[in-house]
Amino acid sequence: MISDQEVYRGILDLDWRRRPKDSYRILFIYLILILSAVVFLLPLLWMVTTSLKTQAEVYVFPPTFFPETLRWQNFPEGWTYESMQWTRWLVNTLTITTAVMVGTLISATLCGYGFARISFPGRDVWFIMVLASIMLPSTVTLIPLFVGFHRAGWLDTFLPLTVPAFFGGGAFNIFLMRQFFKGIPIELEEAALIDGAGRLRILWQIFVPLSGPVIATTSVFTFQAVWNDYFGPLIFLTSQENYTLALGITFFKGLYKTQIPYMMAMSFLMVIPMIIVFFFAQKLMIRGVILSGIKA
Amino acid sequence: MNSRMRNTVQGYLFISPVVLGLLIFTIGPMLTSFYMSFTKFPLLRAPEWIGLRNYVVMFTSDKNFWQACKVTLIYAGTSVPLALIGAFVLAILLNQRVKGIAFFRTSFYMPAIVPAIASLILWGWLMNRDYGLINAILVRLGFSKFPFFAEPETALASMVMMSLWGVGAGMIIYLAGLQGIPESLYEAGKLDGANELQLFRNITIPMMTPTIFFNLVMGMIAASQTFMNAFVLTSGGPLKSTYFYNLMLYERAFNWTQMGMASAMAWFLLFVVLVLTLLVFRSSALWVFYEAEVK
Repeated sequence: MISDQEVYRGILDLDWRRRPKDSYRILFIYLILILSAVVFLLPLLWMVTTSLKTQAEVYVFPPTFFPETLRWQNFPEGWTYESMQWTRWLVNTLTITTAVMVGTLISATLCGYGFARISFPGRDVWFIMVLASIMLPSTVTLIPLFVGFHRAGWLDTFLPLTVPAFFGGGAFNIFLMRQFFKGIPIELEEAALIDGAGRLRILWQIFVPLSGPVIATTSVFTFQAVWNDYFGPLIFLTSQENYTLALGITFFKGLYKTQIPYMMAMSFLMVIPMIIVFFFAQKLMIRGVILSGIKA
Repeated sequence: MNSRMRNTVQGYLFISPVVLGLLIFTIGPMLTSFYMSFTKFPLLRAPEWIGLRNYVVMFTSDKNFWQACKVTLIYAGTSVPLALIGAFVLAILLNQRVKGIAFFRTSFYMPAIVPAIASLILWGWLMNRDYGLINAILVRLGFSKFPFFAEPETALASMVMMSLWGVGAGMIIYLAGLQGIPESLYEAGKLDGANELQLFRNITIPMMTPTIFFNLVMGMIAASQTFMNAFVLTSGGPLKSTYFYNLMLYERAFNWTQMGMASAMAWFLLFVVLVLTLLVFRSSALWVFYEAEVK
C-alpha cells in the first residue's frame, strides 16, 4: 500500500521529470533563475572589483570588469584617508549596537513574557497598540523627539539612539518573544509557581535557557538594524567624532566625491559583517523575516 | 492580595518598559507634534500659536509641497506594485522543484542584507551616466547611454529600478507563504482535471492573498517615507524631480528650523497613510481570502 504522499510524488514525477516537454520547462526556469542571480549578484561583485581598482582605472569607459592590478592598498588607504576617522566611527557604531542590543534583549524579553504568560485586564489592548506602532510613520514622532532630546541636552550623544531600546526594544522583537514564549509548555511554569518561585526567577531560569533561537533572531535583527541605521544618527549626531559608519560614508562622499575606489572599499567593509552574520544565521534570519509576514 | 490582583500588578510590571516606551516615545510625541503643527516654532523660541496657518501655507502657497506629494505618490505607486510582482515571481520560481534552489535563494536575498547606505553608494556609481556599469552594458548591446540621475525625466524612474534590487526580503515572505499551501489542495485540483494555470489562479493566488496584503500595506507605509535615496543621491534634484515628501520635511525641520511646519507635514503624511491603509483594509474584504471563512 502506498501513502498519499507517494501518490503525489508519483504525479509530480510524471509532471515534472518524465515528459520531454517538461525538460524544456525546467531549462527555461533555470535560465530565468540564472539570469536573475546575475542581476542580483553582479552589483555586489562590481562593488568589490571597483574597490580594488586604481583611481585612473575607474574613470575609463567602457570600464574594465576585472582590475588590471588588485589594489588592496585601497582598504588601508581609504581607512586612514585625510580627515576620516573610520576607527573611531567603527567604535561608535559598535558601542551603540551593543547598548541597543542589551536594552532590546532585556526589555523585549520582559514584555514578551508579560504578554505571553500573564493574563490581566488591558493586556490585549496594549498588545494591539504595540503591533499598531509598527505601522506608524516614524516621521510623526520625529520633531517632538528631536525637540525633547534637544532640551534634555542629549543631542550629539548616543543617548537618543540607545535609551529608547530599553523601553520595549521594538514592537517586532516583543512580538517575536511573545510568540516563542507562548509555545513553551505551561506545565513547566505551573510546577515552578506552585513551588513558590517568583515570575522573574521563572523567566530567568526556565524561559531564557529555552529561548536560544528567539534570542539569537532578535540579536541578529537588532544588530542589522543598528548597523544599517542612517536616519537616527543623521538627526541626532552632529560632531564628526560622534559619527557612525553609515554617516562616515556619506561624509566621505560629500568631501571626496571622486574617490570612487576608496568609497567602494569602505562601503564593502560595511557590508562584510552583514555577510558574515547572514552566513552564520541565515536560517534564523529567514525564519524571522517569515514570522514578520505570518502575523498578517 | 488575590491571584487576579497579583497577576494584574505583575503583568503591568512586566510590560511596563513598552508601556512607558509607547507613552514617552510614541503617544506623547504624537500628541505634541499635533499641537506643534498649529504653531510657529523655530526651536530656540517657544512655540507660538498660529492656528491653521501652517496647513494653509502648505496647501496653497508652497509649490514644492505638491511637487513633493507628486514625487512620493508616483514612487510609491510604481515601486510598491513592481516590488510586489517581482518578489512574487521570484518566489514562484524558487518554489519550483529544481535543484540548487538554496544557491538561488541566497543570491536573491543577498542585496536585502546590504546596508542601505552602501547600496545607495553602489547604485549611484552603477547608474553613473559617464562611467557606470549599466551604461557600459547598454552601449555594448548597441543602445545609447541612459542618463539615470542626471536628467529630471529619468531620475525618479531610476530610483524605482534601484529599489527593485532589494525585493529579496519580500520574496522570502512569499516563499514561506507558498510553502504553507497544503499540497492536498493541488492534489485535489489535479484529480478534478485542473491544468497548471487553473491551479495557479484558483489555489495559489487566493491562498497567497493574505501575504500579498501584508506586503502591500508594509510596502506602502515604507515607500511613503522614502528619504535616504534622495538625500544621499540627488538632494531632490535634478529640478526637484526626486524631491520626496520626507526630504522636504527634513529640510523644513533641520535646515530651516520650521518645527511647526514640519509637524504639520508629518501629520498630513500620517493622515494620508492612514486613509490609504484603511482603504486597502476595506478593499481586502473583496480580494483577501482567509481560510477560516470557508470553515
